[in-house]
Amino acid sequence: MRAPVNKLIPFSSVDGPGNRFSIFFQGCNFNCLYCHNPETINLCSSCGACVDVCPNNALDVIDGKVVWKEAFCLKCDLCINECSNLSSPKVKYMSVEEILKEIIKYKTFLSGVTVSGGECMLYAEFLKELFKEIKNLNLTCFIDSNGLILFEGFNDLLNLTDAVMLDVKSFDEREHIMLTGKSNKNVLKNLVYLGSKGKLYEARTVVVPDVLDNVSNVDNVSRMIAKIDDKIRYKLIKFRPLGVRKEFSKIKIPSDDLMAKLKDIALKNGCKNVIIT
Amino acid sequence: MNNVLNIIKDFTQTYHQKIISLARAAENSLNVLNISNDAKKLKEEGIICDLNEGNAPYRPRYIVVDFEKFFKNGSAFLRLNPPKDIWEATNNLLILYKHIPSITTFPVYIGNIDYLLEPFIEDEREAYKAIKLFLEHIDRTITDSFCNANIGPKRTKAGEIILKITRELQNSVPNITLKYNKETDDDFAIEAILTSLDTAKPSFANHEMFVKDLGENYAIASCYNGLPIGGGSYTLVRLNLAYLAKKAKDEGDFLDNILPYAVDVMANYMDERIRFLVEESNFFQSSFLVKEGLIDSDRFTAMFGVFGLAECVNHFINSDNVFERFGHGEYANRLGIKIIEKLSEEVKKHKNDYCKFSNGSFLLHAQVGIDTDKGISPGCRIPIGEEPELPQHLLQSAPFHKYFPSGIGDVFSFDATAKNNPEFILDIIKGSFNSGLRYISFYGNDSDVIRITGYLVKKSDIEKLERGEQVYNDAVILGLGSVKNQRILERKVRKI
Repeated sequence: MRAPVNKLIPFSSVDGPGNRFSIFFQGCNFNCLYCHNPETINLCSSCGACVDVCPNNALDVIDGKVVWKEAFCLKCDLCINECSNLSSPKVKYMSVEEILKEIIKYKTFLSGVTVSGGECMLYAEFLKELFKEIKNLNLTCFIDSNGLILFEGFNDLLNLTDAVMLDVKSFDEREHIMLTGKSNKNVLKNLVYLGSKGKLYEARTVVVPDVLDNVSNVDNVSRMIAKIDDKIRYKLIKFRPLGVRKEFSKIKIPSDDLMAKLKDIALKNGCKNVIIT
Repeated sequence: MNNVLNIIKDFTQTYHQKIISLARAAENSLNVLNISNDAKKLKEEGIICDLNEGNAPYRPRYIVVDFEKFFKNGSAFLRLNPPKDIWEATNNLLILYKHIPSITTFPVYIGNIDYLLEPFIEDEREAYKAIKLFLEHIDRTITDSFCNANIGPKRTKAGEIILKITRELQNSVPNITLKYNKETDDDFAIEAILTSLDTAKPSFANHEMFVKDLGENYAIASCYNGLPIGGGSYTLVRLNLAYLAKKAKDEGDFLDNILPYAVDVMANYMDERIRFLVEESNFFQSSFLVKEGLIDSDRFTAMFGVFGLAECVNHFINSDNVFERFGHGEYANRLGIKIIEKLSEEVKKHKNDYCKFSNGSFLLHAQVGIDTDKGISPGCRIPIGEEPELPQHLLQSAPFHKYFPSGIGDVFSFDATAKNNPEFILDIIKGSFNSGLRYISFYGNDSDVIRITGYLVKKSDIEKLERGEQVYNDAVILGLGSVKNQRILERKVRKI
């Protein structure tokens, strides 16, 4: 069994508790306007547009497929900029063993492993096999998910998972569809399901001035969290134009005042652990 | 005598700094050491450097006083009784500090201060006030950053108070080391990490590793020097591997001929410094520290320093491709280890009877450099500007640490956001020590107090000095030099 991996990061301080090995899977079932790594959304269609822009011949077309020769790659990302398919030619289809080999190199420095994406739940069966092995290393397993796939269908995986970090991008269904292309019904179901099972480490909402009804989102989501378990961490993330598509790069960063006001709302609604990043 | 007049007229030196400079000038007017021509030549070429220890050694470079004994017995010479409360304890220490000689004239080690003070903590508010005044007094009177206080490994009330006050005061002195092992509980370690991200200390010492090499009774003095308590180091001389490499025809010639020759010449030069200190200066016959058993010549050793390994290796690699150079390339890193292994072998061959603590051997020390080193990296460190990503950096660095019982360390600058997840840094410390790292320091990139190479300086003091104003800490001059020559402020910020 193999799954498409966009990137492995051996040390991460922002993907859960302690130092974590983060695995970013390729492919996403949302298409968020503000996505800060849009090249993880689709699988490569092997159109070949990127091959010509590579300055070091690190890309080739072999048997109709784009092939990435890692040793030649200068990491200049010109290929990603050229891709009109929201994808990357630098994706590796990795096996559980291959990923595990990388984790073991850094094991002594880690609290655990976090799977992210793209949307890693697209590969839930693969994650199950991966987590079984990671558990043998005495590391914790975290999932970072957009919440479209219902976790209640994957209790085997959830039993192997220490906790989930869930994006709740908008409380309003229409706004959610406008932003991501999909309804938020499953997201909210997951929020309740994971929270009530004690598997929710953190819910996150990105604050985007002028585009989203931030006050209503934080107000409603924090009420839900407080009702489930007031100790669940609620992370309010400032929108930053880094890495986003051109159309979204002119959106402004929320002010510290706005973030503080939103944090205040969440605290007043009963959340005990609210952080701003 | 021009030099003396220059010192007297210097605008930026304080009165006390001038006295120290004048004493140094007086010592250096002598010529009493019997130095071989080979050593003279290597000194002139900048290959052997005694780090301004002076021409007539009249005190050991690093003295590590047994403060527990001092607390137990008091001092007849200083007419001090054993302390009975926190005020007497801190006062006695402050008095003794002013009577401990060193090259800088200031004590390089001031005790495992949390363990020393813990028995005297009765009322926490009173202890807080006493310790705050104690630490403030140290910063304003031990006006030199090469002064290390140790804490840990176990959590104590005193240790917690010291960390809290350290965050509040934002002083550069004392440098602090947390001796870290499995007995250090995570909450205390996290407090230490948050303090370090705020004010660049404490550093973390791999307690288990130091105990294995030096025994339970060791201390971290000056920058990160592991030394026996109740003893110290007579001298520290360093070998410039970067310059030495240029004398070799190739790697083989360097390993087989040039390096063994230089080690021999430098070891003999160290012998001569130790001989004068022990046999002629009278220090060990006259000092009350010796008479009262606070130090003992049997607990002394000497430190054989090296620096510039990166440039030495890169000289032989001769490549502009960063992936082939020291810190990145597999061959380069292996050559680095080979050189240090050979160095270690050669240094072990030399014996000096006065180094009783280390069975007649000198202890290897990865020297952190001085302000005037231009384009030469400390010890075995990877040059600033060429640092790999943190995981690779730690794995590259760790294998060197076992060779250097008297000190080696790495320093990392973290983005201030690391404060949101201090457990992340604790994981890195645990992993580093499991991987064989001996000593690790870090600071937040927004701190005023920063670690230059091994010592601490306030950035705001550097700015003052650069404007031509006086500052009370004499290490700021060194800090300013290092900022200019070694790009200290350009150290890679770890944003992860």
